[in-house]
Amino acid sequence: MSVDAATVRRIAHLARIAVADDEIEHLQNELNAILAFVEQLAEVDVEGVEPMTSATPMRMKWRDDVVTDGDIAADIVRNAPASADNFFLVPKVVE
Amino acid sequence: MTELTSFTLAEARDALAKKRCSAVELAEAHLAAMEQARALNAYVLETPERARAMAQEADARIARGEARPLEGIPLAVKDMFCTAGVRTTACSHILHNFVPTYESTVTAQLWRDGAVLLGKTNNDEFAMGSSNETSYFGPVISPWRRKGSNADLVPGGSSGGSAAAVAANLCLGATGTDTGGSIRQPAAFTGIVGLKPTYGRCSRWGIVAFASSLDQAGPFARTVRDAAILLRSMAGHDPKDATSADLPVPDYEAAVGRSVKGLRIGVPKEYRVDGMPAEIEALWEQGKAWLKQAGAEIVEVSLPHTKYALPTYYIVNPAEASSNLARYDGVRYGLRVDGRDVTEMYEKTRAAGFGREVRRRVLIGTYVLSAGYYDAYYLRAQKVRTLIKRDFEACFSAGVDAILTPTTPSAAFGLGEKGGADPVEMYLNDVFTVTVNMAGLPGLSVPAGLDAQGLPLGLQLIGRPFDEETLFALGQVIEDAAGRFAPARWW
Repeated sequence: MSVDAATVRRIAHLARIAVADDEIEHLQNELNAILAFVEQLAEVDVEGVEPMTSATPMRMKWRDDVVTDGDIAADIVRNAPASADNFFLVPKVVE
Repeated sequence: MTELTSFTLAEARDALAKKRCSAVELAEAHLAAMEQARALNAYVLETPERARAMAQEADARIARGEARPLEGIPLAVKDMFCTAGVRTTACSHILHNFVPTYESTVTAQLWRDGAVLLGKTNNDEFAMGSSNETSYFGPVISPWRRKGSNADLVPGGSSGGSAAAVAANLCLGATGTDTGGSIRQPAAFTGIVGLKPTYGRCSRWGIVAFASSLDQAGPFARTVRDAAILLRSMAGHDPKDATSADLPVPDYEAAVGRSVKGLRIGVPKEYRVDGMPAEIEALWEQGKAWLKQAGAEIVEVSLPHTKYALPTYYIVNPAEASSNLARYDGVRYGLRVDGRDVTEMYEKTRAAGFGREVRRRVLIGTYVLSAGYYDAYYLRAQKVRTLIKRDFEACFSAGVDAILTPTTPSAAFGLGEKGGADPVEMYLNDVFTVTVNMAGLPGLSVPAGLDAQGLPLGLQLIGRPFDEETLFALGQVIEDAAGRFAPARWW
């Protein structure tokens, strides 16, 4: 499989990365080089093979459903580009 | 006092205990060396005030007879580890001004044990790279040069700054992260020891997330013993990382020097790749001979799905990266570029904040996870990953204790030499290391020799899950036979 220019634009939009028109062709070539490289996986027989979902066999631990942290709103917004009264500020979302 | 910077970690520990030097002297010697080595660009942030304060505390502890395991040992930390109050960027423009309010578990454990922070080291942006050339702060220059040449070489990546800092005596040890080879490959390129522990051995909490099912923190050091000392402090269960293993942490140093007699060492025939330089082949033969002399038995093994590990990796890794990096949106931290509306703000922020390699991986990851392609790419890759892991399991259940391979298919290359036209060319560097991350196993790279141009080469030992001790025992055999390697100072 390979991607065309329209697909590159669509993926970039899905990934929320602005891509200029003059970058499309170059990106398309790079993505297609990677996709051509991974193409060889098509030849592997994976019939009946379980997909790997955990790097090591482990049972997920459960912790008590209690509050263990909090009251650090100022810490949480400390690195925000824009905040007010411990809220993150974003451009207007609803007209 | 150059002598203080050429100590091994174990030697420095002894010197501090016997009061032959102070922690402050040790820290000052390293801070001076760092200042003189800025041409290497190994550190992206030096933290001299913190280093001095921590060293003074260490001296006070030693004076009171309350020294902890790493008391007064000056270390460097890869800029992927969040350090409270100390800028942490992942070497990306998008996090260029991020100052965490919390400490990663691994680094917290190093400070708990008395270590001293010298600074944050350079890496490929978000740890995506094999040459440390994708960093927002510019490339790291290897302390090594080819015989009779002044050309700059890469230190490997992504933990290139940590590797260069350890090799150039700018710290006694350093932390790294390894997602596909990012500790072992730079360790091999710079002639030092690097370990990727078993997945789950070290907590990932507070480490900038890249590909969460593959990422693992580990140590860089100039000797196998030093790496073992560091791992003991870095490892351990952490309730804040659900994938960290709730297993006791052994005294890894006790395994250094342990007999390897009777161990069965597998040599996978599939690692004899086309076009492998004769020098790498010879190094591998030498490694087998050394282990055999020490009483180990060498057996040929087969890992039939090896050739699929790299393509599998380049689906799984970008997929996980694209998910993890979705958090960089210009809202909660880091860079923001304003737009007409919130979507344009996201798009402009991420376009300006991510470098080319990061953008490439996020796009590939988005594509392989998108509707209509998920089964063909991501699901298939996860199935092949199961097969890769089974290859290793079959090997270990047949009685193999560890596997010996070269760490890299070549020695270090020049700046700008690879990956310019085709990103896959750079990816091929990780052909011998990536399988280990896919299977969640521990892998140790030990310097084993120099090539004809005088550049270091490494051998990799792959172990059973949570059997880092056997790797340290075997690694010491190679270190004893090969000796240690240091670059001639030019900076």
